[in-house]
Amino acid sequence: MNLAFHGPPPADGKPKLPGSLQVNRRLDQWLRMLPEGAVLLTPGKVELGQGILTALAQIAAEELDVALPRIRVQAAATPTSPDEAVTSGSLSVQESGMAIRHACAEARAIFVGVIAQRSGVSRDDIFVNDGDFVAPDGRVLGSYWSLAESGLLAVEATADGTPKRADQRRIAGTSTPRLDLPDKIFGQPRFIQDLRLPGMLHARVVRPAARGAKLISVREGALPGGARLHRDGNFLAVLATQEHHAEAAALRVATRAEWAAQDTLPENVETWLAEAPGETTTVLDRAAETPEPAHRVAARFFRPFVTHASIGTCCAVALWEGEVAKIWSHSQGIYNLRADLVKAMRLPAEAFHIQHVEAAGCYGHNGADDVALEAALLARANPGVPVRVLWTRAEELGWGPASPAMLVDVAAEADAEGRLLRWTQHVTSNGHSGRPGRGALPTLLAASMLAEPFAVPNAINPPLAGGGGAQRNAVPAYAIPALHVRMTHLAEMPLRTSALRGLGALANVWAIESVMNEMAAAVGQDPLAYRLRQMEDARARDVLTRAAEMANWSGRVKREGFGMGLAVARYKGSGAWCAAVAEIEAAERVFCRRLWLAADVGEVINPDGTLNQIEGGAIQATSLCLLEAVRHDARNVTSTGWEDYPILRFSEVPRVEVALVARPEAPPLGAGECSMGPVIGAIANAIGDALGVRPRHWPFTPENIARAMED
Amino acid sequence: MSTTFQLNGTAVAVPIEPEAPLLAALRGPLGLSGTRFGCGAEQCGACLVLVDDLPRYACTLPVGDVAGRNVTTVEGLGTAEAPHPLQRALLELQAGQCGFCLSGIQIRAAALLRETPRPSEDQLRAALDPHLCRCGSHNRILRAVLRAAEEMAP
Repeated sequence: MNLAFHGPPPADGKPKLPGSLQVNRRLDQWLRMLPEGAVLLTPGKVELGQGILTALAQIAAEELDVALPRIRVQAAATPTSPDEAVTSGSLSVQESGMAIRHACAEARAIFVGVIAQRSGVSRDDIFVNDGDFVAPDGRVLGSYWSLAESGLLAVEATADGTPKRADQRRIAGTSTPRLDLPDKIFGQPRFIQDLRLPGMLHARVVRPAARGAKLISVREGALPGGARLHRDGNFLAVLATQEHHAEAAALRVATRAEWAAQDTLPENVETWLAEAPGETTTVLDRAAETPEPAHRVAARFFRPFVTHASIGTCCAVALWEGEVAKIWSHSQGIYNLRADLVKAMRLPAEAFHIQHVEAAGCYGHNGADDVALEAALLARANPGVPVRVLWTRAEELGWGPASPAMLVDVAAEADAEGRLLRWTQHVTSNGHSGRPGRGALPTLLAASMLAEPFAVPNAINPPLAGGGGAQRNAVPAYAIPALHVRMTHLAEMPLRTSALRGLGALANVWAIESVMNEMAAAVGQDPLAYRLRQMEDARARDVLTRAAEMANWSGRVKREGFGMGLAVARYKGSGAWCAAVAEIEAAERVFCRRLWLAADVGEVINPDGTLNQIEGGAIQATSLCLLEAVRHDARNVTSTGWEDYPILRFSEVPRVEVALVARPEAPPLGAGECSMGPVIGAIANAIGDALGVRPRHWPFTPENIARAMED
Repeated sequence: MSTTFQLNGTAVAVPIEPEAPLLAALRGPLGLSGTRFGCGAEQCGACLVLVDDLPRYACTLPVGDVAGRNVTTVEGLGTAEAPHPLQRALLELQAGQCGFCLSGIQIRAAALLRETPRPSEDQLRAALDPHLCRCGSHNRILRAVLRAAEEMAP
């Protein structure tokens, strides 16, 4: 999915380098020594609340042999930061971390080499102690800081850097506290929403009456606080010096705007998915002659549109000065954002300097990029004045990209002993990536509303080799002789869709793991034993066995009104392994009471941070499958507040235990998304255990479970 | 057009219409951005403050209603140099991911512990139900508040 990770090797015969170093080869793009005794680390990946900057600092301190407090991590900015594409897909440790590990190991070697040459002490005898270069007799020969100005890092990386062995690491692999968390706990200004520039105007956007609606007129009239109107085609906004005036003005303008609107949203999403035109492609086709099956299971799984539901709303600040727009943004990919600003505003890349600033968790491609274009448009119309745009809760839930509704059709065949013979899986969905920077047309929301509008491009599904979109985890990892996996990418996109944590993996793992349970039941086998019999991947077996042990699966006692289920998957087929056991209570509705998770993420940079991510993904997945669905009428999303788009609350949150399988020698695989699919599969199977019905409709509400009973 | 009240122990006069929400005054002219905007409709808890020691949603509370009263925001609970026991516990347990919900949750927890110094976990969960966290840090937050309660209880 990520260009830096999957991009082609350079054609000039240069060596292949780890992670994003491959496409950002200069060492001083990644780190600089500061004379005052600090290391400035400049990754292209961004902090989303997942703790990545802390993990990267740990890796740098480790390889440089400096104390962690000496590492200062600078937030990414164009045009100086390395282009690491998007902070997504649980790839930041692989891409940025491995680049930094290699770059810092090489930087250390360069400095030691220079010191050795100058001092006459053999480089093999020089010891690095918190940035000082020390001779065997204890003499300090110099330091990174004494050589800070010598330009030693103004070179391209080579393949010669030798990072430490796993058993030599002392900082990477430890639970270092997050660098960014204190500011957030003490309420210090750190979020983009907190940014205040002198003379700044506050703006709010007035949204159309429907997708594609045309603005006919806006009745004139006074606005609170002297707020001003901005109109560019169907893009309508208000600006005021005080924020509450902009808010009030937007509400007033909304009542004065007349739109020519049409119905564009489907009446029934499930029916629409089944009937809408699309392109069907083969994801994987493995032909095999198989005998007549003794058991068949066929099922259709439906997932509605869901959304990011960040607790903070999208925000951007822009300042247009001369030929350059300075933009402060919480985009996950500032270079990708720049590429779409170039298209949408018909200006060169040099016109945009984008500074990343942290915001509330986004969990994928939310409106962060969209609001940056809106701020840039308003700043262009108000040169020299900083303009801040903040979305409302209704915009956040109603106009940000949604995660696609999906159908997953599965048909499985097994012999009399339950051994799988044939598996067919067909995924129907919109594209799971509408991220900017990847196509000919800008994907940013306002681009289609301008006086000179752009068509809304259909979201894409990246190829499986890049992680896939709708087809992510659509290929079951069990031993199956004949396997046919297809994907229908819909040509119509009534709601703009894009990436949400896990992409298609959530629905696919739910479907696969549900069918596995159904087949186990058909042949009268325990779901754990049934899976283990058909699982060749030792690391998958390990996490499943471990999670089952944690939950005392084999000793479980059936309780009235409660159920237990399990599920397992390797995220993307190439990422981390995770298994989940869920215990649910079927009361007036379904509550997930406990989760036991075991994960193998390869090398762990920060164990506590990894546990936090895995548990967070598990709780978010619980919320998604039990409660969440975007609701809409013919023209608009109607789930625009927390009452209509409920997410899990404190009293509904399961108790969670997570264990990590230690693999310090293995490559790191990322942790942010691996728990989600297995948790949803485990909850669905636990519902089956408690109620004897198999959920086929997400969310697993009483109404949808009742439908399963009727089916 | 100015409203006077005590903000984190200091008298302030804020030049804003009395019908403007307290949140606008805090984040705007008063320059304290620790109190968050999340929904503007009392549905997420991100904007919670204490008014005379009682939790109130700053997103809908008119500034005029706090005239002459004591308002406490997250900045008034503690600082990095002198953290509140809740803040110390949140840091010790790394109880947060994005951290956007934490200001309101700290305020709610402080109010709860004043009334109920040793809450059960179920009492605490119920008390925090008006607060949304999307990252899934709930269990860590619960543990941190219970740890702080233990430290603070007489």
